Amino acid sequence: MNRPSCTRRVLFAAALATALPVAVHAQEVNLYTTREAGLIQPLLDAFTTDTKVKVNSIFIKDGLAERVKAEGTNSPADVLMTVDIGNLMDTADQGVTQPVQSEALSGAVPAHLRDPQGNWFALSLRARLVYTSKDRVKDTAITYEALADPKWKGKICIRSGQHPYNIALTAAYIVHHGADKAEAWLRGIKANLARKAAGGDREVARDILGGICDIGVGNSYYVGLMRSGKGGPEQVKWGDAINVLLPTFEKGGTHVNVSGAAVARHAPNKANAVKLLEYLVSNDAQALYAQANFEYPVRPSAKVDPIIATLGTLKTDTVDLRAVAKARKTASELMDEVGFDH
Amino acid sequence: MLGKLAARTPFSLDARGWTIAAVAIAAMVLAPVVSLVAIAARGSGDLWPHLARYVLPYAIYDTTMLLAGVGVIVVVIGVGTAWLVATCRFPGRDFFDWALLLPLAVPTYIVAFAYLDVLHPLGPIQSAMRWLLGIDDPRGFWLPDVRSLGGCIIVLGFVLYPYVYLAARALFLMQSAPALEVARTLGAGRARTFFGVALPLARPAIVVGTTLALLEALNDIGASQFLGVHTLTVSIYATWLNRSSLPGAAQIALVMLAAVIVLVLLERWARRRQRFAGGGRRSHPPSPVELGGFAAAGAFFACLLPILIGFVIPAAQLTHEAWTRLSEFGLSPQILIEARNSVGFAAVATAVALMLGIVLAYAARLDRSGLATTAARAASLGYAIPGTVLAVGLLMPLATFDNALDAAFRQLFGIGTGLLISGSGAALVLAYVIRFLAISAGGVEAGFAKISLSLDSAARSLGESAGGTVRRVHLPLLGPALGSAAILVFVDCMKELPATLLLRPFGFETLATHIYAEVARGTYEDGAVAALMIVLVGLGPVVLLARMSRPMLVLSGRTNGSQDFSAAKSR
Repeated sequence: MNRPSCTRRVLFAAALATALPVAVHAQEVNLYTTREAGLIQPLLDAFTTDTKVKVNSIFIKDGLAERVKAEGTNSPADVLMTVDIGNLMDTADQGVTQPVQSEALSGAVPAHLRDPQGNWFALSLRARLVYTSKDRVKDTAITYEALADPKWKGKICIRSGQHPYNIALTAAYIVHHGADKAEAWLRGIKANLARKAAGGDREVARDILGGICDIGVGNSYYVGLMRSGKGGPEQVKWGDAINVLLPTFEKGGTHVNVSGAAVARHAPNKANAVKLLEYLVSNDAQALYAQANFEYPVRPSAKVDPIIATLGTLKTDTVDLRAVAKARKTASELMDEVGFDH
Repeated sequence: MLGKLAARTPFSLDARGWTIAAVAIAAMVLAPVVSLVAIAARGSGDLWPHLARYVLPYAIYDTTMLLAGVGVIVVVIGVGTAWLVATCRFPGRDFFDWALLLPLAVPTYIVAFAYLDVLHPLGPIQSAMRWLLGIDDPRGFWLPDVRSLGGCIIVLGFVLYPYVYLAARALFLMQSAPALEVARTLGAGRARTFFGVALPLARPAIVVGTTLALLEALNDIGASQFLGVHTLTVSIYATWLNRSSLPGAAQIALVMLAAVIVLVLLERWARRRQRFAGGGRRSHPPSPVELGGFAAAGAFFACLLPILIGFVIPAAQLTHEAWTRLSEFGLSPQILIEARNSVGFAAVATAVALMLGIVLAYAARLDRSGLATTAARAASLGYAIPGTVLAVGLLMPLATFDNALDAAFRQLFGIGTGLLISGSGAALVLAYVIRFLAISAGGVEAGFAKISLSLDSAARSLGESAGGTVRRVHLPLLGPALGSAAILVFVDCMKELPATLLLRPFGFETLATHIYAEVARGTYEDGAVAALMIVLVGLGPVVLLARMSRPMLVLSGRTNGSQDFSAAKSR
């Protein structure tokens, strides 16, 4: 008799252990996120402390939905988290989410910030704002339309027109004024640019301090990140060099975009996935969103961070974000047509 | 018995097995391409009229200018410094010999970020200039913006030239010495020797290095996007993400791939009549020319400049940022785990890529029908596709395989295997191998090209099998070629970002994904520590490469003129 040696048994066990996926742990939830996980880590930690459910997260940028789709029924993904209304709705359109009915969710998230079937929910809001030079610009209010005013010729900084934040803003403009006016508006801004449309939102503040431009477009939470010192000491100077205006559409409010989440279609831990979403819209978590990331909470009753509060009261634009998401393709094409990034 | 048979029909007997293996490897590399074709075939609606009118003219212009500019820089610097280092003696030569490789260690996107900081009106250079000129207001004086086509060309050119330097230097050191001496004895001047003899001789090697550098530039997304250059690769991303058209993106990527193949074929066709046969014996190294006075100073600065721009300035900026962070926040233990992950995966992928490279190259050597050679070239296509697109193409076949296996196991044994490959690090190793097989296969082929076929005949007639010949005859001789190929693949794996980001398993971070996370958060400076780690880990291999590469450095080149092995790498 040739008994399998001990080494062989160990090897066999090891092979099995590597080959077989970790057995579904009773108390965990797997998060795929296009939001950098560090940003939401405080929220996830608080969730684990509260519920004893462990959160495994992976940060994927482009191709999250494609990955989940390819993984199919074996996908470990429970919660899909993404930024930008377009990406959120695209994820649902790819058929990798499932409808969720939850009183806690529908009670906390206003109807226009979630899918009627429950395929996705917005979790936080960010406003697209205007930064101006403290030294060189006296204006205290501005409309998005006025960014195309020739008085700003050679004075505007903005990131790439093809970036989702600018695509969504332009899409909102299309919903307000139609594609033709939006095209003229983009041409006006393009003519006003001080430099190539490139880099990130924070570079807008830095370039204003550096004297490259007088005015620019950037998201609300960057102001908090810069001024609080969370982005490093030099960024405090950038944040302090600018005044922040809450622009509005002429017949509307300030353009906001969302970060949001959905429960994956083949979620192995569905109950925990719903629990996580419900936690993220709870009072505690919404307050954390505001504190940790300087975002606007999606829950109307939650408070914003003091740094963000000093910017003024946000009057959210009234157009339906779903209509904005639909106008995205046209917006992206208009960017090309006017050669915004060239 | 078998030995005698093998002796009578030297290579045909077990060539078939090697050819089959080569074809299988090529099939593996082509799987994501086939899957992209399937995605592209879903149709992209009315995309192309829009693309043709508004996107492609600019994208093609930007891409062409970028590649032309980067091409000029990498060839001029790469060939020029290689020539100086290989054939002249001047102060600092021994240092430059390896230091010129340093930019290899720095990812291009990191260099782009660093230069934006360094050259910004608030950065050290402009601040110093204003101070010198007595200007207070940053608006009083500023340099051209690095966020431009020109800025991107310079950034990429000065980081990517080592690919050409490495290839050209190997050739200048090894191949051309006798030819050069003949030219000199026949009365050709130094310039004429260089342009008339050395350059044409080195052309295949220069083409290989330049192709690697240009494909890197073509597929670059980080630096181009950040600096506002709208290449075809950037258009692919915009089509996919903003217009929600993955089929459209796949179509552009495939057209781009086709263009790359056509260009490479054209170049090969253009020099189809060139045949340079060297002897089977090793030639003696060229005796260096002593430079003095202005010539020595000129050579010194010509070699110093690329190292300054491609390495010292960005590395100094990183060190400064990393120092600020370290003194404020300390070294995160996470970074050490990430460094271990980066090194581990890069090492495994390098080993696999090297083994497959040897199989491909040896199959091509054995098989005279051309099938294995074609397979070897097809297996190099992974390098010509943007990383994320390749990764998306890889997702489908991998997951399909996993799910089929899982279903089969469930049926047969009542136990599932889950996502065996795509859910584990295996997917990542596979992606690296597919992406960088071009480098290892090309390097190994070039090494094989230097080994006379008479050695194979001798070994085989003495009864050695094909595999045995590789093991006992070729591998020892291939050492340096394998080494330099391994190090290039290793460093490239360390720097690889897009495929790593999409395909890595749960809870697995590398230095590159760490940096990207910081960039996504808008705090790239916080990633400086990780970026510096990539540079430091990359430095070791680069220095090692330089050490062992003399006198036998073989990235590319050839001695037996009958076959053009080196150009296969450029495919």
